[in-house]
Amino acid sequence: MTETPVADPIRDFIAQAVEQNPVVLFMKGTPDSPRCGFSSLAVQILDHLAVDFVGVDVLQDEALRQGIKEFSDWPTIPQLYVKGEFVGGSDILREMLQAGELQTLMAEKGVLGTAAGA
Amino acid sequence: MGAVAERISRKLHDGLSPESLEVRDESAKHAGHAGARPEGETHFDVRVVAAAFAGLSRLERQRLVNGLLREELAGPVHALSLKLLAPAEA
Repeated sequence: MTETPVADPIRDFIAQAVEQNPVVLFMKGTPDSPRCGFSSLAVQILDHLAVDFVGVDVLQDEALRQGIKEFSDWPTIPQLYVKGEFVGGSDILREMLQAGELQTLMAEKGVLGTAAGA
Repeated sequence: MGAVAERISRKLHDGLSPESLEVRDESAKHAGHAGARPEGETHFDVRVVAAAFAGLSRLERQRLVNGLLREELAGPVHALSLKLLAPAEA
C-alpha cells in the first residue's frame, strides 16, 4: 500500500479483528442468534466443522456494516476471514464445504476443530 | 420478469456472454424478512454458465459478477445467491 494512512477507526477495528482472531465471521446478528438466513448458514457451516470463530455483528453499527464491504471489496454479508485472508460469503462457503475444500483450508490453516473428524 | 431481474439478466448477458443464464426471483420466500420490500425483487438466485469463469477461483468469479451488478447490489437487491460455473463444470 502506498496510500498515506489516514485516521479511520472502523477500518482499524476491522483490520485488528482480522489480525487478532484466527477465524472471524462478519455477520448479521450473533452466532447464537443470527438475524439473516445467509449469516445463519455460515454459522452452521463453521459449527459443523467445529471451527472456533469470532462473530462480529455488523448490525450493531451502520459504519461497520458499510466499512466491511469496502474493506473486503465485497458487497454482501456474511464475510469470512481465516488467518487474515478473505475466504468469501455464504455461497462460497457452501460450495467449498460441498467440495471438501473448506475442510482442507481450515486444516491447512490449523483452525479445524477435532469434533469434525479427519 | 420484473424490472430488476431484467437488469440483472441484461448486465450478466452483456458482461459474460454466458452459455446459460437463469435469474430466479426468490423474494416471495423472504416476504417480511429484513430487506424485503413490499414490491418484491429483493432476493435473487442466479445461475450462470460462462466460459469467462474458466480458470478463475470461486472468489474471482463472484467478484466478476459483483462488479457487473454493483449498482443493483448497492440498491434494490438485498440478497443474491450465485452459482457460477465454467462450461466444463455444468
